[in-house]
Amino acid sequence: MNQGILLSADIDFMIHGIIPLEFFGQTVYITTSHACILIVMAIMIIFAVIANRKLKKATEIPDGFQNVIELIVEKLDGMVESTMGKWTPRFVNYISTIFIFILLSNISGLFGLRPPTADYGTTLALGLITFCMIHFNKIKHQSAKTIWTDMCSPLPPWLPIWLPINVISEIAVPISLSLRLFANVLSGTVMMALVYGLLGKIAVIWPAALHVYFDLFSGAIQTYVFCMLTMTYVTNACETE
Amino acid sequence: MDITGQDLIRACSAIGAGLAVIAGIGPGIGQGIAAGHGAAAVGRNPGARGQIMSTMLLGQAVAETTGLYGLLVAMLLLFVKPLG
Repeated sequence: MNQGILLSADIDFMIHGIIPLEFFGQTVYITTSHACILIVMAIMIIFAVIANRKLKKATEIPDGFQNVIELIVEKLDGMVESTMGKWTPRFVNYISTIFIFILLSNISGLFGLRPPTADYGTTLALGLITFCMIHFNKIKHQSAKTIWTDMCSPLPPWLPIWLPINVISEIAVPISLSLRLFANVLSGTVMMALVYGLLGKIAVIWPAALHVYFDLFSGAIQTYVFCMLTMTYVTNACETE
Repeated sequence: MDITGQDLIRACSAIGAGLAVIAGIGPGIGQGIAAGHGAAAVGRNPGARGQIMSTMLLGQAVAETTGLYGLLVAMLLLFVKPLG
């Protein structure tokens, strides 16, 4: 379809199937997203194992690598603490984990991978985890009466006309969270693919500036936004008023 | 020159994709307003620069979402080709 519009047709930013698998007569694929997620996970796990080994023999005065680990943990703790307040100890592990995972996924475009977060499956999974956390904590921390009053919110609780709209707005939370992350990373991926595909001859050094914006800046901002919104929603669900 | 139904659908999909990306106007205005107010806030209270910056970036990233929906629609029309 693209031959007429674009100068060269070797523009490629789609997900590719690598290994076909048969399930009940359907063919599904191990895609490039799975491969990239496994690479990101491998990097995280190797880093965690090395950090664990290192901290087993931690010293009072931190040196090189221990300094780096302590800096990362302190920054993440501070970020969660500033939003979640007294709920920090319960959620800090999860939020830090998804922060590092999404950040590494977003900047993996720099290393020639297709970012796993540019696949809607990944971000929808993250959004659904947030959705489950919100409602688990809401049921755990709030009484049924409060939840009902909240759901009928602008009108009194005996008049549930506004209920369907509030239900829809609850369902929209994971969808908008996941689409935001997905579309941002996808737009960066598409822009870089267009630059390299259309201007392949003269794209020598200056695309580095675009990489800094689309991969590093945009990826970091979207990671921060995803974690911040998750924390805000979960904290709201935990507060019993 | 013969124009088949398939060609017509492709042409209209391309036009529709172009129209969908007009959605980028709204977030542009919104982000500009947020940035302007952020600059005014830093002018009034330069000490709170860091907090103002992070709040502004968060708000801008949330405001960007509607524009990205337009981008997604354009992407679907051009590459997934739901209409054939």
